[in-house]
Amino acid sequence: MTGFFLRRLLSVLPVMLMTAFLSFAAFHFIGDPLQNMVGPEATAQDRARLAAELGFDRPFYIQFFRFISSALHGDFGISTRVGRPVLDLILERLPATLELAILSFIFAMIAGVALGVVTALRPRSILSGFSLTVSLIAVSLPNFLIGIGLIYVFAVKLGWLPSFGRGDTVKIGWWTTGLLTKTGWQAIILPAISLATYQLTLILRLVRTEMLEVMHSDHIRFARARGLPDRLIYFSYALKNTMIPVVTVAGLQLGSIIAFAVVTETVFQWPGVGLLFINSIRFSDVPIMAAYLLIVSIIFVTINMVVDCVYYLLDPRLRTGGVVR
Amino acid sequence: MTTTAQPCVLSIRGLSVDFPSRHGALQAVCNVSLDIAPGEILGIVGESGAGKSTVGAAITGLLQAPGHISAGEVRLSGDIIDARDVKAMRALRGKRVSTIFQDPLTSLNPLFTIERQLVDTIRTHLALSRSDARIEAVRQLEAVGIPEPARRVKNWPHEFSGGMRQRAVIALALCSQPELIVADEPTTALDVTVQAQILKLIKNLARERQVGVMLITHNMGVISQVTDRVAVMRAGEIVELNDTAAVLGNPCHEYSQALISVVPRGDIKLHRFPVSGAARNIDAAMQWLLERDMPQSSSQPEALVELRGVERVYGATGMFGGSARRAFKALHDVNLSIRPGEVMGLVGESGSGKSTIARVVAGLARPSSGQLIYGGKDVYAASLEDRQDIRRQTQMVFQDPYSSLNPQMRVGEIIMEPMIHFGLVKDKREAEPIMLELLKAVGLEPTVARRYPHAFSGGQRQRISIARTLASRPRFLICDEPTSALDVSIQAQILNLLKDLQENLSLTMLFISHDLPVVRQICDRVTVLQNGQICESSETEQLFKAPKHSYTASLLSMIPKMQTPEWIVKPSEIPSQSIC
Repeated sequence: MTGFFLRRLLSVLPVMLMTAFLSFAAFHFIGDPLQNMVGPEATAQDRARLAAELGFDRPFYIQFFRFISSALHGDFGISTRVGRPVLDLILERLPATLELAILSFIFAMIAGVALGVVTALRPRSILSGFSLTVSLIAVSLPNFLIGIGLIYVFAVKLGWLPSFGRGDTVKIGWWTTGLLTKTGWQAIILPAISLATYQLTLILRLVRTEMLEVMHSDHIRFARARGLPDRLIYFSYALKNTMIPVVTVAGLQLGSIIAFAVVTETVFQWPGVGLLFINSIRFSDVPIMAAYLLIVSIIFVTINMVVDCVYYLLDPRLRTGGVVR
Repeated sequence: MTTTAQPCVLSIRGLSVDFPSRHGALQAVCNVSLDIAPGEILGIVGESGAGKSTVGAAITGLLQAPGHISAGEVRLSGDIIDARDVKAMRALRGKRVSTIFQDPLTSLNPLFTIERQLVDTIRTHLALSRSDARIEAVRQLEAVGIPEPARRVKNWPHEFSGGMRQRAVIALALCSQPELIVADEPTTALDVTVQAQILKLIKNLARERQVGVMLITHNMGVISQVTDRVAVMRAGEIVELNDTAAVLGNPCHEYSQALISVVPRGDIKLHRFPVSGAARNIDAAMQWLLERDMPQSSSQPEALVELRGVERVYGATGMFGGSARRAFKALHDVNLSIRPGEVMGLVGESGSGKSTIARVVAGLARPSSGQLIYGGKDVYAASLEDRQDIRRQTQMVFQDPYSSLNPQMRVGEIIMEPMIHFGLVKDKREAEPIMLELLKAVGLEPTVARRYPHAFSGGQRQRISIARTLASRPRFLICDEPTSALDVSIQAQILNLLKDLQENLSLTMLFISHDLPVVRQICDRVTVLQNGQICESSETEQLFKAPKHSYTASLLSMIPKMQTPEWIVKPSEIPSQSIC
């Protein structure tokens, strides 16, 4: 297990270096960062002085090296828009995004797996037909429309839940949480549901097809022939076999929920990293964009590694290096 | 079994099973009646689609929807059982009737330990605590002959070999002490040596515990070795049911006779496989196929294909070297030469490296060390053009006819593709008449060209595969278990076709099989492989009559033997010109 984990960890390095390079290069070659900083009436001397000060006159590889080494020290530079350290800005807003993403992911997983099993085992029940139809409609609509629809019904018409913001938050160290206050919970419900619809549908349909396939496999047929009770067959023998592909997809989905909660955050004015990113694009705030891309890739890579480890726990065939049939 | 007063374990009267469909109900089983006494093994034999497995599934209430019992009654030790009563059937399954399925590799849940699966099953049927169930699980594994059961019970299914998995499956089937076992092709997926052990185990357990066994199989050798009585099924009906010796020695029904007579014989070499029904006229001497670029006779090499000191290692490369411990040497210093125009047989148990040799010879797997020589040229040192030509001349017939044809292409396109790919014809228009000729050569109607592979049976698909290999004008055919997925009567036809083509086109052939009687009939020489090494390579008759290597001898002794009954014609009486 340790060897496996170390090997995975090592293989992450080149991936990270590559993303760092791409995100740095993209903003280095596209657009001129000096243009935004010095203003229109600056002379050529002013520009040259500022470039020398910031190290923009050095060769590209030296600049890249400095970017990497300061990033490793936790220094992503200063936001050109707000004038504060980028890392502080991102850390301030990361908890909001993570809480939203993880909550909607948990919701999508639980509801998706449960409904997936039900629709596979009882395809003719009313619940199956209902959830399959509703999930199809939900996934066909653009995500922002679902958000707006939810706001219209629950915030505007019924007035049950707030339409924007995070509610009251509590600070625990550097982490601010909205999950300890009533208004915080009220505020998170709508964006979490809106963010979860797509994942829920995906997981529901995946679990359903996998389950249908597993139910036809020889070992389930043999388990039935041995007279094992249905509950044991469905929720233990079959479900565990179903989960292997589901874990892969769910892991990738968690990554994209965190990274691309941008739309939902914008619709609900959720003070997360996505909203920060959108605002930064508007003002071409390069340091924030570069740092954001880097952090997103760290999150993706970490999740992928966790998924691999979950595989390892789920499937004994990987543990002994046996041939997977 | 009327002589004993014992009640029958299983008694079926007038059983019929229907599968309703849009085109009316299909009667899969029709008016079947049979009895099984305690400790008795009843064989059910027949070709695929005869309804053998459906009888077994009907007894255990595991019929695939929409199939259902439409008539008849099933009694288990005198009690009528009703397949419609789902609850009662579940209480019955495993407890009183157990099933053993064909493929031990897929019958066990891969994500649960053997112990967990045994304990769950034991606790479902017997009122035992978890720790007592564990002790019982070890005892059951011991009973089916698994060494070190206390340690092995903790293993995962993938850590067991095929034979051990089938033993574990039998332990799972027996742990509830059932009265009846339905064994559906229990040894078909196993090697001959393992097959012999498993059959012996089933036989002993039946006798010791007085369990009735319904043994469903298509293998006449298995039937003759372990069953007490046998029922021959065709198209859902039992055509004959009698003591095994009587059915094999003196079959009354003509279908039983046909079924027994097409079994390849392990005892003598015949020129052709006996076929039930009229043999097809095969005009394989087609002009196009014979237009091959024959090598000049002066440079004719001694061997067409040669392996020199070939080794093949799997899984040795890992990015961080950590997987080196998994490196597995599939072939050790293999030297093999196949002469032009001969049929070389390759036999051995699964895992012995047969398929690896096929892959190396076909150029699909590069040897880790050693040389592959084709027509005197080292394949991996040859020019790109030569290699492309070698690739065209070497063609392969695969084992599974269901997955080796592209389901999205019409049969005609499948056959024309190699001709066009290798530039043997200018365009489709030129390829078409050749394709039709090829279809005729393998015994298919020209109309099949417009249809898709799914419309064909296994035997017809294998004919299509053969036509496809011929389309590139090969000199060398690799047949990897070409008939193991087919029924015996179809097997005989396909083997005859291969043999005719081989003779008429003077093809060279590497014939891989685990079925020794088949190998004896079709091959000129045979090579025996064990653990990636060649044990013996000699002329077929010599090998079968006087094996030099002890492993060959033990392999030969394991073949389930069917005494060829006297009523089958003597080899001398078989007309020699049976081709027409």
